[in-house]
Amino acid sequence: MTITAVEAADSRPVLLRREKIERGLGIALLVGVTIWLIWNFLAGPVQFINVGLAGLRLGAIYALIALGYTLVYGIIELINFAHGDLFMLGSVFSAIVLVNWLGAGTGGAKNWALMVLTLLIVMALCALLNVTAERVAYRRLRRAPKLAPLITAVGISFIFQWFGLVLNGSAPKSWPKVIPEGGIVLGPVTIEWSTILVTIVTVPLLVGLSYIVQRTRQGKAMRATAQDQDAARLMGINVDRTIAFTFALGGAMAGAAGLLFLETFGTTRYDAGFQLGLIAFTAAVLGGIGNLQGAVLGGVLIGLIQGFNDGLPYGFGQKWSQTVVFTILILLMVFKPEGILGKPTIEKV
Amino acid sequence: MALSTPEAVDTAPAKSDLTSAHTKKWALWFVGIAVAVWVFYTFFLLHLPTGVQTLVREWMPLGSINEALVWVICAVGLNIVVGYAGLLDLGFVAFWAIGGYTAGWLMSTFFNQISNGIYFLSAAPPNQPGIHLNFWLVLVAAGCVCAGAGIIIGAPTLRLKSDYLALVTLGFGEIIPQVFLNAENIHGFNLSNGAKGIAPLDNISPLPFGPSTITIGKATIAISKPLGPFDVTAKYVIFVLVAAFCIFVSLRIREGRLGRAWLAIREDELAASMMGVPLMRTKLAAYAVGAFMGGLGGVVYAVHNNSVFPDRFNFAISIILLAMVVLGGMGNVWGVIVGALGLAWFNSTGLPQFGDSFNTQFGTDINFPSYNYLLFGSILVLMMLFRREGLFPETRTRQVLQEAERSDDEELDGGEA
Repeated sequence: MTITAVEAADSRPVLLRREKIERGLGIALLVGVTIWLIWNFLAGPVQFINVGLAGLRLGAIYALIALGYTLVYGIIELINFAHGDLFMLGSVFSAIVLVNWLGAGTGGAKNWALMVLTLLIVMALCALLNVTAERVAYRRLRRAPKLAPLITAVGISFIFQWFGLVLNGSAPKSWPKVIPEGGIVLGPVTIEWSTILVTIVTVPLLVGLSYIVQRTRQGKAMRATAQDQDAARLMGINVDRTIAFTFALGGAMAGAAGLLFLETFGTTRYDAGFQLGLIAFTAAVLGGIGNLQGAVLGGVLIGLIQGFNDGLPYGFGQKWSQTVVFTILILLMVFKPEGILGKPTIEKV
Repeated sequence: MALSTPEAVDTAPAKSDLTSAHTKKWALWFVGIAVAVWVFYTFFLLHLPTGVQTLVREWMPLGSINEALVWVICAVGLNIVVGYAGLLDLGFVAFWAIGGYTAGWLMSTFFNQISNGIYFLSAAPPNQPGIHLNFWLVLVAAGCVCAGAGIIIGAPTLRLKSDYLALVTLGFGEIIPQVFLNAENIHGFNLSNGAKGIAPLDNISPLPFGPSTITIGKATIAISKPLGPFDVTAKYVIFVLVAAFCIFVSLRIREGRLGRAWLAIREDELAASMMGVPLMRTKLAAYAVGAFMGGLGGVVYAVHNNSVFPDRFNFAISIILLAMVVLGGMGNVWGVIVGALGLAWFNSTGLPQFGDSFNTQFGTDINFPSYNYLLFGSILVLMMLFRREGLFPETRTRQVLQEAERSDDEELDGGEA
């Protein structure tokens, strides 16, 4: 009897016609994108590489923001709408601390040191802000119907935007950047200094985050809480503190992304958070929400897609890039909500 | 979200009588206030002392009441999706935009490719290019276009989990205004005129025939006269009628089979489907009806402003609408109306006027309208924390949303959270 059961498990599941069609369309889409990329590469290889580098830089920033979404979603299944605005506040705080308080200019060892100091301050500030939001609002709603924390997050996002409006004013502001213009020139290709900065900040942060989650006691508590809050509580884990810690980690990543955004683009806008946040959320979903590696992969992919679409000769151009990203979001949500690296989940009833 | 408290079972039979008496009372209030406002602005305001007239025109201009009515129409529509069916829609502005642009296409000189113009019972001057349909027809057309759009958006997305659904709708709410912003040159075809928008729209008239105006005492009442930008009183009557239609429809559907199916889905999807409620069809119906009203709101808004601009349709609109529904009480039409009127007035007139008075009184220079972000954000957060069922809750909604929060012991006893 057991043999038949094993055999049944081994045999491949029969695909429904609809699944076949969806799979076929997905493959067709991927092939189309690949052909489009090759065509663009042949049309202008140098431009392709430069645009790709810019896309990677953007992707690293998206990855940092996406991590915040994915951490919080992974542990309490809440889409933290306010996270994009937290990132916006991170960029505004960075500008204020770095330029107004510390008076940093462009280049020089002293300014670089000030930038590192600002990075730490802003990460701490954003972590604190995120933990405060969790403590004041989300914690009280943990057992409420799902609509309630979601609407609360939207409300907090508006409050953060107001805070950004007060600090930054309604018009976009330009700030002096610590990192100089230009970069390493390799023939026709230029690797900009900002790309290098983004890489040397992002990679250690990602490694550190993954170390915390995979190797430390606190990380083990986080994973346990994500699996089953009640069982975790029975094992002596302080669930409230663990969730607060997760929010702090996410907030710190958003703060770092804020500083990098400032150093890359040199401007702050009070309404930047909403759209960048949504794009980063798309990245988190693309990689598989709740999956840390997935968030990074998704961030880089979305950054590349946006970079290619903005800069390539046969792209739609910048004014359509958000539409392209949101279309990807919708298609993903509809056809592959579990993302690239995530596991398909069945909603609990 | 099981609704299994004993009180719910006990009060169920008595409640339906109560609801209808309650509804009649509120409906009378609505009609009474609407007529009273019209009578006041048409007949009495002219006879009041100048000081009082200025005060009324500053603090409660009829224009801001008209705008508030646009919000009422849309909020009642959103209430069907969020309040009745329990589907969080964060992109309602998409329907508002589609409705607005339908009005722009069908009631202006925008399509100048049609050089002779297509006219149907329109109050617009003759021999102009473009399409000029009667306002009431445009309302129906825009409603149907939006209902279609609602079905197209809903069909693939409604099988998602609730929070994913919220994001997909949000994505649509972002994409559609952007498409209108960017679609001024699609292979040479100008679909939306880009950031310049479509303006001006045709002047509308309350009726396509009959005498031009009627004069009673000092007041003139427009009948078939084309309404200019200052004929707010006649527009008020039109807007109130559209709003009343939406309220009537949403109340009637609520009482019927479809409405009960929506509430059942909101309260427990699994149980509803076990009882034979077709989930997809019912949810799609909620989307379509809500979107229809969003389309009506879009047309009315376009007429109110006499123009359609893509930058008006932003995410904030979706959130303000949500705040109105949440503040008034999800599922309760009358609560939503009160919430919409209050917040819309406060946002458009109350806050700036209060700011002006405050600044002149104390010699300060505070930009009060910028506080609306704080205001709407705080409303959402505080309502969710302390009064989830809204200011004017329905008994039924209160029971769902204030379901006793399970204690830790119960939780371990086979809870699923």
